[in-house]
Amino acid sequence: MSRPTPADIEAMSHDLLKARADRVPIPAFTDRFPDMTAEDAYAVQQGLVAGLMTEDESIIGYKLGLTSRPMQQMLGVDQPDYAPVLGSTVYADGADVRMDDFIDPKMEAEICVVLGSELSGPRCTVAEAWEATSGLMAALEIVDSRIADWKIKLADTIADLASNGAVAFGSRVVPLGDYDPALLGMVFTANGDLVATGAGAAALGGPIDAVAWLANTLHPLGVTLPAGSIIMTGALHAAVPLQRNAVWRAEFDRLGPITLRTV
Amino acid sequence: MTTIPAQEASCRLINAMHTRTATTALTGDYGDFDVATAYDLQALVVADRVAQGHQVVGAKLGLTSEAKQKQMNVSESAYGWLTNDMRIEPGAPLETTQFIQPRVEAEIAFLLGDDLEGADVGAADVLAATAAVMPAIDVLDSRYAGYSFTLPDVVADNSSSAGFITGSQLVDPLGIDLRLLGVVLEVNGQVVATAAGAAVLGHPASSVAWLVRALARRGEGLTAGMTVLSGACTAAFAVQPGDCVVARVARLGTVEVTCR
Repeated sequence: MSRPTPADIEAMSHDLLKARADRVPIPAFTDRFPDMTAEDAYAVQQGLVAGLMTEDESIIGYKLGLTSRPMQQMLGVDQPDYAPVLGSTVYADGADVRMDDFIDPKMEAEICVVLGSELSGPRCTVAEAWEATSGLMAALEIVDSRIADWKIKLADTIADLASNGAVAFGSRVVPLGDYDPALLGMVFTANGDLVATGAGAAALGGPIDAVAWLANTLHPLGVTLPAGSIIMTGALHAAVPLQRNAVWRAEFDRLGPITLRTV
Repeated sequence: MTTIPAQEASCRLINAMHTRTATTALTGDYGDFDVATAYDLQALVVADRVAQGHQVVGAKLGLTSEAKQKQMNVSESAYGWLTNDMRIEPGAPLETTQFIQPRVEAEIAFLLGDDLEGADVGAADVLAATAAVMPAIDVLDSRYAGYSFTLPDVVADNSSSAGFITGSQLVDPLGIDLRLLGVVLEVNGQVVATAAGAAVLGHPASSVAWLVRALARRGEGLTAGMTVLSGACTAAFAVQPGDCVVARVARLGTVEVTCR
């Protein structure tokens, strides 16, 4: 049988919890279950999140993954994926990031959308998403894979919290206005050396489009995005593998900089 | 390094351009030659265009981003000269049959208000001499089959200069950080690449300053009224008849062209 049973799904959530706790990666689920669907994978993700929701944990929003065409082509999909972002994974701007807290971390610069009012599908338009947005923040995401060597297929990364590791936000929320978020430029440096550049359009054509996609995708699950949610809208460049003892900085037009240091 | 028969070598490129038939890399037939020699060959190629009745109206930088240098397997920037016949006016089509193997790139262009020359020109000098900046589409066309060349080859080929389209909105660069401007290239409505101005040697004005310093070594410079394409932020994309190419740059506007 190449699709997992409910018992298999429960076991996978458990395996991911253990891999996160021990920082020891596990083999790809799709090796064992080649026909594992996205639906199966989100069920694993749900079990994983339930296991992570201790008393002082919270869901502060969502992250989108696989938002760029090259990434989608690499995994043979035409849709992004998503996962909740947990309150315990937020770093302050300028914070030190312990490499030992991750397995095989990489970094992505993204635009983070802050919702000022509740938003839900099923037919959420970009205009409605724009209305519900209170502003944008410069953001960094640390992606990490609990699947060994990042040898992931779509179902593996969905199950594994969409490969989310941690997030960090710039120090201000900049309101939307007379500018196009798709054209916000971003310059990513490591120890001052230029590593990558990009613009908002790289993720699903623009950050607000990404928010509308998420609201519509969550609707069949009965999930509404509450006011105050943060939405990590997807990388503007190819993920950069992290090294110890370096300063990682993304500077955005209008939104300002966000910096983390690895130790 | 070998001595290259300059007339013969440049004639190969000139003929390739006139007949729209690709040739093979000069270094393949004549052996490796240095970049200074390559610029001598480029001067002969440009002199032919002037002899044909065209005027030099600007310059372009090539191989200014890491992405581009990687794609072409070189480690240094290059420049070429733009002549008036390369300019595609707003609304006019890109006639693919006039080229061998056209590719497009999104760039930031500078329109110079003052002459600009000197061995120690920096980014600030470039900005001070700039009348306006514009979004631009650079149309490349290597005269070498399959874009297969080394740095001296591409320099001799006028850095693949073939065509350019600039946005019709002239924007004063004062008060704008060109480094952080988002650049988006779309083909047929699909985003094919994004970048920020910094992709070009850290800052588009730094890229132009590099050009001015390189020209100074040959006793040359840029003059007021010239258009300078500061270099591609992203890899280049091949175009086909029917393609609609749009370059969008934050604060500077949009430039587009349809291929025929």
